[in-house]
Amino acid sequence: MIKFFLMVNKQGQTRLSKYYEHVEINKRTLLETEVIKSCLSRSNEQCSFIEFKDFKLIYRQYAALFIVVGVNDTENEMAIYEFIHNFVEVLDEYFSRVSELDIMFNLDKVHIILDEMVLNGCIVETNRARILAPLLILDKMSES
Amino acid sequence: MGTLCTGTASWPNCSTSTCWATPPTLDSDLSQGIHAVQGLALCTLSTVGSADMCRDLATEVEKLLLQPGPYVRKKAVLTAVHMIRKVPELSNIFLPPCAQLLHERHHGVLLGTITLITELCERSPAALKHFRKVVPQLVQILWTLVTSGYSAEHSISGVSDPFLQVQILRLLRILGRNHEESSETMNDLLAQVATNTDTSRNAGNAVLFETVLTIMDIRSVAGLRVLAVNILGRFLLNSDRNIRYVALMSLLHVVQSDHSAVQRHRPTVVECLREPDASLSRRALQLSLALVNSSNVRAMTQELQSFLESCPPDLRADCASGILLAAERFAPTKRWHIDTILRVLTTAGTHVRDDAVANLTQLIGGAQELHAYSVRRLYSALAEDISQQPLVQVAAWCIGEYGDLLLEGSCEETEPLQVEEEEVLALLEKVLQSHMSLPATRGYALTALMKLSTRLRGDNNRIRQVVSVYGSCLDVELQQRAIEYNALFQKYDYMRAAILEKMPLVERGGTQDEEAKENKEAQHSEAALVPTEPQASKLLDLLDLLDGTSGAAQPPPSSEGSLVHLLDLPYVSPAPASIPNLKVFEREGLQLNLSFVRPPGTPALLLITVTAINTSGADVTHFVCQAAVPKSFQLQLQAPSGDTVPAQGGLPVTQLLRILNPNKAPLRLKLRLTYNHFGQSVQEIFEVNNLPVDTWQ
Repeated sequence: MIKFFLMVNKQGQTRLSKYYEHVEINKRTLLETEVIKSCLSRSNEQCSFIEFKDFKLIYRQYAALFIVVGVNDTENEMAIYEFIHNFVEVLDEYFSRVSELDIMFNLDKVHIILDEMVLNGCIVETNRARILAPLLILDKMSES
Repeated sequence: MGTLCTGTASWPNCSTSTCWATPPTLDSDLSQGIHAVQGLALCTLSTVGSADMCRDLATEVEKLLLQPGPYVRKKAVLTAVHMIRKVPELSNIFLPPCAQLLHERHHGVLLGTITLITELCERSPAALKHFRKVVPQLVQILWTLVTSGYSAEHSISGVSDPFLQVQILRLLRILGRNHEESSETMNDLLAQVATNTDTSRNAGNAVLFETVLTIMDIRSVAGLRVLAVNILGRFLLNSDRNIRYVALMSLLHVVQSDHSAVQRHRPTVVECLREPDASLSRRALQLSLALVNSSNVRAMTQELQSFLESCPPDLRADCASGILLAAERFAPTKRWHIDTILRVLTTAGTHVRDDAVANLTQLIGGAQELHAYSVRRLYSALAEDISQQPLVQVAAWCIGEYGDLLLEGSCEETEPLQVEEEEVLALLEKVLQSHMSLPATRGYALTALMKLSTRLRGDNNRIRQVVSVYGSCLDVELQQRAIEYNALFQKYDYMRAAILEKMPLVERGGTQDEEAKENKEAQHSEAALVPTEPQASKLLDLLDLLDGTSGAAQPPPSSEGSLVHLLDLPYVSPAPASIPNLKVFEREGLQLNLSFVRPPGTPALLLITVTAINTSGADVTHFVCQAAVPKSFQLQLQAPSGDTVPAQGGLPVTQLLRILNPNKAPLRLKLRLTYNHFGQSVQEIFEVNNLPVDTWQ
């Protein structure tokens, strides 16, 4: 089960955070700083899976942005690793070559996409076309 | 409505007010036909749905499960998962539709269904049995996934829908665990997946990893298990660190069941020890420790020790204790064992567990032939570095015990080491004075110095000096030791050699050597110190009966000699002549009688029973009888039977006196009575005259 999904940049600013298990608001910032600290201290040659307290962190770096997913023991780490890449590809298609600014200015759309892909900690949809379909309809409606 | 839903969805903390407001609105949302709205509603429900909400809306969700539109259905399925997590009783509602949902072609719905089934199976064994029937169906689905060609919709880097594959494999693992029949149906499929998946990309590796986990968990055939372990071995050689990490992790699970298969990959595992990555090296360390057995223990220990020298600090403790444990279990020779422990102590001394010191001393003590060798090695190690506390403690103990062997200068196994007495003493003093030494270490060093006073041939001035200096040390423990040792030097010099001779081997798991020695010393010191105590404990003088306590006047033994005499029985005991009773006191109807018994087994013992009888018309209350005897005797007053002597010759009050007369001195007895009679309080003190000679002869 996915516990949380974070997008944090190299300066430690959280660009997106989604928690699938309840964490107190004040504890969230603490958690995020710790997580990003452990991810930033890793070099390129080290593996992408970290054991952190009682769950596992799987992170992937895209330019200046770190995508970190926290899972519990039952998940397959490599599948989640693949899933992160899948997510980024979906974003890529929607925003045509996504950058950090896109995420910052369209946070609601990114949330919608993430909600389409992950529901309550479980992966529900990975097909790009199907994920983006409702969003495209929404866009069309708001234009007209 | 949509905005409200998304708003609440982004704050998954169930504040009660929002929870009450949303169910009716959610209900109306769910029953509306518009997919988008339904989707949002389901999303909200699955994230923030409380138990009550779930119960109310369960039927609605179930209806949505079977609707034609896959968009809504996939969300409904996962909402069902959330509902089951919150309210396990709802699983009854969601069980029947699952079978039908498995026939879906839509991967999103399928994925959700598999998750739902997994959740149901994890929660109840009944569901598990129910779903074992669908194993063939699952196998079929996976088969089509694997063997079908490239499908643009689902392919991720060449593998068709790896997420679905992984989920199915996980479900198969849960269903096949401990179940022969299901495992058999899965065997072919798993073999197919294992061999045919493209491993050049991460997606393929993910599927393969899940397959391996499944194979290891179910009752698979032996060939399949070997295949799985080989796949893991291949993973280990992969350059991608992520893959190596998962391989190490799964090998750790496997090593318990398939030890020999994993042994084949031992060299690769040892390679991974040298990784700069912390998570990898930790896993590699655990796996290497699990792989040590009697045939490879020397090589493995070598590797692990070189790892210990360079590893990050948080792994050191684990590594050190792991090496020590492995050495204990598989040590080929005692000498090798001692060497290994020594090396661990020099490299990572501060991180070893506390009982390592005790184990090592026990080990050395037991290996008689290696005493000279170990003391030399320890001496040279100590001479180089006195900062590692466990090492210093063991070395100090050894030097103390086997100091004479150290100075002899002949030992075949190490290079000849000429050690002067002065050097040894200087080293121990250095340890004592160093600020790096813990109090325990100082204690060891001081004791070692003392032991050397008997082992070394020179005179002991230097040692005496040190010991007397520490007599005023601020540390109470050290001070006590120093004073005791001082006493040994001054008053009990004749006992010193006996006390400080070599320790006998202590039982494994018994008290520590240090403790045992402490006890031994403490006993002797206590006995020695008692006569030097000031006259604090006043011996009960025959003419002094001022203390009101129930007279258990027990003078402490005047010397050890008397104690010894008490316990030996060389005397021929006289025939127990019955001694006549003696009436000692009479006043206003209250009589006091003494009866004497001398038990034959203990000639020094005299038992006196004091009986108080009241023949007057009034009761005697608060009756207390106390006794006193001369200094050389030992008196013990037992509790009286009561403190009221009833009138008119009622039940008498008795009290037992035990008198020990080791010197066979003439018995003199003084009694003191206090009681109330006829409304007056009476106190009487008198000496018992006319005691029969037999009472003390």
